[in-house]
Amino acid sequence: MRLWHRLTGDMTTRGQVALAMFAALLLAAPAFIGSYPLSILILVVYFAYIGQAWNVMMGFAGQLSLGHALYLGLGGYTAAALAFHFGVSPWIGMIAGVLVAMLAGGIVGFLGFRFSLAGVYFALLTIAFAEFTRILFDHFKWVGGSAGLFLKVSGDPGLWHLRGGPVMFYYVILAMAALALVACRLMLTSRLGYHWLAIREDPEAAQASGVDVFRGKMIAVLISSGMAAVGGVWAAFYYKNLFPETAFAMGRSIEVILAPIIGGLGTLIGPFIGAAVLVSLGDVFTIAAEKIGEIFGVKTAGLKQIFYGLALLAIVAFRRDGVWPWLARKLGFVHSDPYLPPPAGKGR
Amino acid sequence: MLTVETLDLFYGDAQALDGVSLTAGQGEIVAIVGANGAGKSSLIRSVHGMQTPSAGRVTFKGADITGWPSHRVCELGVGHVAEGRQIFPNLSVLENLEMGATLKRARGAMAATLRRVMALFPRLDERRRQAAGTLSGGEQQMLAIGRCLMGQPEMIMFDEPSLGLSPTMTQEVFRVIRALHEDGMTILLVEQNVMASLKLAQRGYVLENGRVVLEGTGQALLDSDRVRQAYLGL
Repeated sequence: MRLWHRLTGDMTTRGQVALAMFAALLLAAPAFIGSYPLSILILVVYFAYIGQAWNVMMGFAGQLSLGHALYLGLGGYTAAALAFHFGVSPWIGMIAGVLVAMLAGGIVGFLGFRFSLAGVYFALLTIAFAEFTRILFDHFKWVGGSAGLFLKVSGDPGLWHLRGGPVMFYYVILAMAALALVACRLMLTSRLGYHWLAIREDPEAAQASGVDVFRGKMIAVLISSGMAAVGGVWAAFYYKNLFPETAFAMGRSIEVILAPIIGGLGTLIGPFIGAAVLVSLGDVFTIAAEKIGEIFGVKTAGLKQIFYGLALLAIVAFRRDGVWPWLARKLGFVHSDPYLPPPAGKGR
Repeated sequence: MLTVETLDLFYGDAQALDGVSLTAGQGEIVAIVGANGAGKSSLIRSVHGMQTPSAGRVTFKGADITGWPSHRVCELGVGHVAEGRQIFPNLSVLENLEMGATLKRARGAMAATLRRVMALFPRLDERRRQAAGTLSGGEQQMLAIGRCLMGQPEMIMFDEPSLGLSPTMTQEVFRVIRALHEDGMTILLVEQNVMASLKLAQRGYVLENGRVVLEGTGQALLDSDRVRQAYLGL
């Protein structure tokens, strides 16, 4: 009963029913939808998952990382290289990948937190690490250097080697996202979660209340980087190729953070909502740009990005706390009064 | 209970504390008064592990806690109500209080302590589900004190608890401090409100430029020419 309460928190019965229905829909989806919608749904769940990983650091503990591609890339590269050279199962490789990413996260965190870099200065450190790892991997011949690493397409299919069709990849990422959701919920309602929120709200006050601020931040960066690495492994095997230019790209780090920001920083459902909004908007705008091109007979390269940027601006301008906190209250999924979400950009 | 011996603290080249010594006995209210920049907050922060003194010694309940990290000092029973009502604005009142009880020493008794704090501050009980940032200044100060009490401290250090509060709220804060004292709490009180804090305290220290220039009973300090001229304008 206590565990149940920790999991449901301030959700109303209506919210719980909606969540259950939503979960059932996601589980049943591949049976009803075609391959194109499924590929979109896969992206949504993937972005929700890696957004959740980033959210642990920023949304919970208030530490801004703009270099999460580092952990995705390291996780993906480690597992892919082990599979490529030694035929190691990605699940074993995942353990190695998570450890490598956590080591990197630990170094970034230690440097940043030991010397009390806060806010944007810490963010700069995270970018720097991702960038020089990218350059390093450009020259790392064992994993293909800048020419990239390509996973074998043929071989034994199956879950053990993460080789198969989109439906398999969909269920794998869905399971990961569900596990992450439950794990985050449990962490957030634990003593550790309380300490994270205290650090996010006011590190000085947290310290005065007896929170080990350094330890709290370190645990956040370790968990976040480890979770991101798992997502990186999944992505490496889903796309079956890795290039330093994309795996560690700044753009990838930005992709990671958009869903939780749009959905609602520090909320658990936010990354899912944000990912759904972003991916579907991206698709709608691609089609819209094509149509406009056809009708007016003009080239519309870049138009999609303009639409996309404007839409993000609008969302951030009108729903500063993200879409989910507002939506959840509107639909009566949470009890309306108490826990106001953190204002965007509050975390330090 | 608390002994500070010849503490030196530097911020870069600037010396904030210069050989400061003081003691606070069990159940005492000790006031530390002085102008802005005299080193009052630096003293509290050094005791609480938020600044590392370059020389000197801090002992609490006989243990040498010099240079200990804050969370260990808290764990030993030193509470700190920091300057400027540092509450967690986006967490509810109740969550703020629960945060205070995450110390090992306080976990077991959380429910009982919570009842005690709510009895002391009925306003907080009325607003337990409300985001702490929406409370008034006085209520936020009450919350900061309540959160500190949740950690079951044996000594509380108050850093300017009346700063920016209305006269009524200030009186309320002093009432609470007196009530805690009557329950046997040891209190270290840093205040700009020299008159009120020296009246309340058994003993006091006057800090100027990082040095203790005067010490004595609260009444003796109130009667001294130095305090009357420099701080009370008499």
